[in-house]
Amino acid sequence: MRYGASNTAEAVNSAFLFIFITCVALLALITCLMIAFVIKYHHSRHTQVVNIKGNAALEVIWTVIPTILVLIMFYYGVAGFRVMRVGPANAFQVHVTGRMWSWLFTYKNGIQSDTLKIPVDTTIKTVISSQDVLHSFFIPAFRIKQDAVPGRENHLYFKAYRVGSYDVMCAEFCGLRHAYMLSKVEVMPKQAFFDWYAKNKPKELPKVKPGASRTAQLAARGAQLVQLKGCTTCHSADGSKKVGPSFKGLYGSMVTVATRGKTRTVTADDAYLRRSILEPGADVVKGHLNIMPSQKGLLTDEEAESLIAHIAGLKGGKAEQ
Amino acid sequence: MTAAVIAAAPREPSYLAYRGRYSGILGWIFSLDHKRIGVMYLIAQAVFFLVGASLGVTMRLQLMRPDNHLVQPQVYNALFTLHGVIMIFLFVIPSLSASFGNFFLPILIGAKDVSFPKLNLMSWYLFMIGAVVALMSLFTGNGPPDTGWTFYVPYSIRTSTNVVMGLTGVFIIGFSSILTGLNFITTVHRLRAPGMSWFRMPLFVWALYATAWIQVLATPILGITLALVVVERLAGVGIFDPAKGGDPILYQHLFWIYSHPAVYIMILPAMGAITEIIPTFSHRTIFGYKAIAMSSMAIALLGSLVWGHHMFVSGQSDVADITFSLLTFLVAIPSAVKVFNWTATLYKGSIVLEAPMLYALSFIFLFSIGGLTGLMQGALAVDVHLHDTAFIVGHFHYVMFGGTGFGFFAALHYWFPKMFGRSYSDKVARLAWGILFVGFNTLYFPFLILGWLGMPRRYYTYSFPQFASLEMLSTVGSWILVTGILLMVGNFLHAALKGARAEDNPWGGVTLDWKIPSPPPLENFEQIPVITQGPYDGFEGQAPR
Ligand code: HEC
Ligand SMILES: [Cu+2]
Ligand SMILES: [Cu+2]
Repeated sequence: MRYGASNTAEAVNSAFLFIFITCVALLALITCLMIAFVIKYHHSRHTQVVNIKGNAALEVIWTVIPTILVLIMFYYGVAGFRVMRVGPANAFQVHVTGRMWSWLFTYKNGIQSDTLKIPVDTTIKTVISSQDVLHSFFIPAFRIKQDAVPGRENHLYFKAYRVGSYDVMCAEFCGLRHAYMLSKVEVMPKQAFFDWYAKNKPKELPKVKPGASRTAQLAARGAQLVQLKGCTTCHSADGSKKVGPSFKGLYGSMVTVATRGKTRTVTADDAYLRRSILEPGADVVKGHLNIMPSQKGLLTDEEAESLIAHIAGLKGGKAEQ
Repeated sequence: MTAAVIAAAPREPSYLAYRGRYSGILGWIFSLDHKRIGVMYLIAQAVFFLVGASLGVTMRLQLMRPDNHLVQPQVYNALFTLHGVIMIFLFVIPSLSASFGNFFLPILIGAKDVSFPKLNLMSWYLFMIGAVVALMSLFTGNGPPDTGWTFYVPYSIRTSTNVVMGLTGVFIIGFSSILTGLNFITTVHRLRAPGMSWFRMPLFVWALYATAWIQVLATPILGITLALVVVERLAGVGIFDPAKGGDPILYQHLFWIYSHPAVYIMILPAMGAITEIIPTFSHRTIFGYKAIAMSSMAIALLGSLVWGHHMFVSGQSDVADITFSLLTFLVAIPSAVKVFNWTATLYKGSIVLEAPMLYALSFIFLFSIGGLTGLMQGALAVDVHLHDTAFIVGHFHYVMFGGTGFGFFAALHYWFPKMFGRSYSDKVARLAWGILFVGFNTLYFPFLILGWLGMPRRYYTYSFPQFASLEMLSTVGSWILVTGILLMVGNFLHAALKGARAEDNPWGGVTLDWKIPSPPPLENFEQIPVITQGPYDGFEGQAPR
């Protein structure tokens, strides 16, 4: 019988159940003894104290029995843990990337998605990493969690038992919008999943051709990239205020920034935008925190160009900063 | 009758009345007397506790309803950071050790003071300077730190808030802790009264002694680690930040190598105080003296080897995970042994349920919940689910507040008449205890369920309807708890100003503290006592009240 939304949930639930029952029994024992003694030996009833200094046999018993109990708990914990850490070589692999403050799921065939779609009854191997600070990939329904650490890959296996949609959260504090770093796991029937998987294989992006339409093509590409790269969690395109300055009206405007602690005013030209994207710490826009994750190494040259073209296209009306 | 005795016997002036080179406030802040220093710690800690508690209540208001926006997210992040830093470093780490330890350690071993009184006063100054520096981070730079009290990298290196100031404060406080530990170790080794062998020391002293070793051995690691973060922030050296080639997991190891043993710095002295209170109010000797003394030392030793249980999902190796899990389960055993021995001490006693005893018994209950939920987190698979959720928050509040906090209140009710020579109203004290106990459980038990349901910690707000009713219940609990705290504080303030004179031995205790006047004279003992029996042997043949 399966009791839980996944094999990991099943393992955690059964370990928890054993420990929980043992703990409740121990707590009840101590509490009842305490209350019974307090009543029975209350000074209004009992004045003839007996100064018992100890009892070696009792000391041994109440050292040995808890030791055995905790060793069983330890065993249960390790057994359940193996389910998450050891999986078959043919497990279906998905890369999970944490970044301030969104999740990105990347599949072997190149699909990228902001929700995690997976087939039911299939062992999934998640390879978890981060682009900036620590995050923690947490699916409460599956009882699993693994930190996303920049510069390293952590692994976690699980197999979902039921089709449905489950919450994904970030469990490691990661800054201002930590509580909003949410997503969903969509567990799909196998057939439906593999249909989606085959259909959404990203097409080769058309080569950008030189000529008059080049900027337009780049800007169109940039409009997709701001979604995919997670820029929109912090930057709006319509002048509304988010964590970062809005892109609207940014291009060509005068921006007040702090460069190594000194305040100066610069024009937001191509070079400035490129620097802002690749080394956000170099010029920090006044009134904002220096928390933008650097995109160095995460963007190709053409992608950077596309983003700049996209931002340049969002002229008109000075944005509120 | 007692009043007549007090009037009749000419006494040395008490440490409160004594006039030395300075008078007034200077007589306190330049005093080398361990009792005055203990009281100064007590006052400072009480103030910090109230500040920390108000921050906590504000957090509860923010979380009361889903999608609440009572405070800004950045403010909330600063709130939980400051709540953590203040409660941990300014209240529970000095805990009973700095205040009651300073006051009673020399008295309980029959000494006139600690070994190094000047160092003792310096420790207090370091503590206060550290506290001021840490609190200054609120008003200077780019606003208060928002990293949580754990200061995890790389966030703590990236955030533009005033982390350096906060860290510097904690660094200075660390030295206060180290020097106090050193002082206590030396005092216990060198200043015991004639005849007081190791196994004739009261168990509070054993607990302080075990704690002192952890303070001396573990705190420097915290100091170095925090200093490295400062160096990394200011000089850009890549130690912990992977973007500069550093290792963030290394930071976590270093941080918890101190901060797990620190949990025992916080709880051991409270356990020690409970061990004094239970025999006194059962009017019988302690059950299993040696088992309790040795379990303190075992906790100090084993507790230093389990830090990795904070990192089961960090990406440390599976072998490390399994080893740390096993060691974690083993460290539970000495704590269990203590609980069993305390319970057995009630057996065939003659129990009086005055306020200190109520706090002590509820300590056992709450600490047991804290310890048992710790077992759940010690199991690898279960911790993967529970880590970084509200369950952890519930667990450590049961240990830190239900344990250390209630232990602190127990000690305060127990020793208040001795320290200040005044009695408080027992009726009000018991009422406050009842409110506190109900409020505490209403506040923190929902955390355990919320965590199991998947509510992460350090969330500014949440939209999930499944959390709403428990979060609300918890907030209501915080109001009840605050009522209890205020009533308790009021009771003490009233007693300090207007309370009736306390007897020298109001509870019928038998340790040395109850054999000297309340409040004690400057040098504690007119003559250094000669010890001829165990600390709890005096109950022999004594008729309970
Ligand atoms: C975690 C939030 C966050 C994310 C994600 C983020 N940014 Fe930023 N960004 C900021 C903040 C905050 C600032 C202002 C502080 C600074 O200059 O570093 C900023 C500044 C900028 C600026 C300069 C704006 C100005 O007004 O001068 C540009 C351009 C920019 N970001 C582009 C991007 C792009 C492109 C992406 C996606 C690849 C992105 N950002 C992702 C937070 C973010
Ligand atoms: Cu996150
Ligand atoms: Cu720990």
